[in-house]
Amino acid sequence: MSMAAEERSARAPWALTAPALMLFVGVLLIPLAMTVMLSFHDWGQYKGIEPVFILKNWHEIATDPYYAEMFWRTFRIAILTTLLTALLGAPEAYILNRMSGRWKSFFLLVILGPLLISVVARTLGWALLFGGNNGLVNKLLMSLGVMRYPIPFMFTETGMVVALAHVMMPFMVLSVWAALQRLDPQIENAAMSLGAGPATIIRRIIVPQIMPGVLSGAIIVFSLSASAFATPAIIGGRRLKVAATLAYDEFLNTLNWPLGAAVATLLLVALVLIVVGSNALIERRYAEVFR
Amino acid sequence: MAYLELDRVAKQFGAQTVVDDFSLSVGKGEFISFLGPSGCGKTTTLQMIAGFLDPTRGAIRLEGKDLTAIHPAKRGLGIVFQSYALFPHMTAAENVAFGLEMRNVARGERAERVRAALAMVGLAGYEDRHPRRMSGGQQQRVALARALVIKPSVLLLDEPLSNLDAKLREEMQIELRQIQRTIGTTTILVTHDQSEAMSLSDRIVVMSQGKIEQIGTPQETYERPASAFVSQFLGKTNDFAGAIDRTATPARLVAGSWSAPAPAGLNGAVTVSIRPERIGFGDAGLSAKIVTRIFQGNHWLFQCDSECGPAIVIRQNDGQAQPAEGDAVRLAWRPEDMSVRARAVA
Repeated sequence: MSMAAEERSARAPWALTAPALMLFVGVLLIPLAMTVMLSFHDWGQYKGIEPVFILKNWHEIATDPYYAEMFWRTFRIAILTTLLTALLGAPEAYILNRMSGRWKSFFLLVILGPLLISVVARTLGWALLFGGNNGLVNKLLMSLGVMRYPIPFMFTETGMVVALAHVMMPFMVLSVWAALQRLDPQIENAAMSLGAGPATIIRRIIVPQIMPGVLSGAIIVFSLSASAFATPAIIGGRRLKVAATLAYDEFLNTLNWPLGAAVATLLLVALVLIVVGSNALIERRYAEVFR
Repeated sequence: MAYLELDRVAKQFGAQTVVDDFSLSVGKGEFISFLGPSGCGKTTTLQMIAGFLDPTRGAIRLEGKDLTAIHPAKRGLGIVFQSYALFPHMTAAENVAFGLEMRNVARGERAERVRAALAMVGLAGYEDRHPRRMSGGQQQRVALARALVIKPSVLLLDEPLSNLDAKLREEMQIELRQIQRTIGTTTILVTHDQSEAMSLSDRIVVMSQGKIEQIGTPQETYERPASAFVSQFLGKTNDFAGAIDRTATPARLVAGSWSAPAPAGLNGAVTVSIRPERIGFGDAGLSAKIVTRIFQGNHWLFQCDSECGPAIVIRQNDGQAQPAEGDAVRLAWRPEDMSVRARAVA
């Protein structure tokens, strides 16, 4: 091969990936870098944004317990949502996997169907059912005399967890489903032939094997829940803010872009650390079994 | 009395009959193979014994007790699956110990029996390995140890060697036979591999399309196939169209220019079935031309074009000169080496 040809073939991968790389750099890396820069700028009610390098915003976030409360709430809600989706989604996937052909595809569609509907529409559905005195379910229960007051759902953490779990469920089900597909179809018969009852088979044989699927589903659900905006914005509103809605308000209501940028950056960094850290833990834990 | 007995067992899936009228009695300590092509119902029969499927009709009895009334988890049978179905999240020792744990065997005894079982299959020292880090043959041995450690009343093997390469398969066959002889567990093997069935079993059950074609020792099924299916499925065979000539006295069986005294009880058109290694080249007999000659080390394989259609002849490589391709030969065999069946004439 001539020198020129060699040079050309060495350049080819770069040339081929250039369009995608440019898009990636242009719409992700540059705005991200600008957001991080922005978080170090100054802001005043009358002077607006001043492009200087100060730690004012970070100092405020670190010292004002208001922000700590926001972040704790964000992660509390994300963790509870993750637990709820795991507790409901794993059995759901297992039952789905045991169904026969036609029912299986039907219910898979039922589970994935919500993904086709906007998160806003789905969350507004919860609001229509449980929104204060006018919510459909609340009205019904109160007119039947079952409840005297509407079920507290809107502007509560419980409501947020329930609505988020509903939105995130398909991700957990799909993740566990993928793990179930890798199971040996005879594994339950093998355990049964050795004398194991149904409960033992699930506890000792099935659950340990689908655990990686549950955990990777948990990572997806956790990171999406912690950074979710639409659901917390509709259910929690101004009264119950989380990190994402907080950043939004700083940007668009207070117009304090630098502080909003600091909140967004902190959320991103925290999420990356949590996701990368737990992924490494999972991989180490299951390295021996699932190569 | 029969140890394990299947009495007119049948299985239907909807309108389709997968196993029909399957009757077999297995003696204690016997090694039985269910042999047949895929879809012949052999695995379905095994699964009915295991309890993963319920028979539509018929009874399965173990030592006189109705087995179908017992839940599969309580039957106490050892099963080795085609895919091995080892528990990937457990070590070899944990896999083997699982059945003992389910039987509440005390910890000390459990460890001892697990160690002994792994040693028996030649895996001493592999206790802490996970299945994914073992070779196919080793996984197979763990599966066997796991099935045997519970001292099963019957050992069921579902195509256990089909995922191994040829050399390993042969080694495992010998080992399997030795282990089975040593511990004397009644064993049922499901296989589509006729040489595996022949080298391992005391008796072979040849199955086709859900029905038993023949039950017999390996030698019986090979030498005296009860049907065309059995003779075709067990090794190579030549089927020649012949006829019984009752006008001659005594009556003669004629196939081309080969003839012999007619066997009793048959008349008209017949099929003469003869194994390739029982045919010799002689001065009289079926006239044929050798199309190809293949040298296979310990024997020669001849493909011939005879007056009764294509024929295969196998001759031991005993140092004698053999006919070459294109030679005209005469094929002859001893009447006692053939089997003759009535042939439907279209």
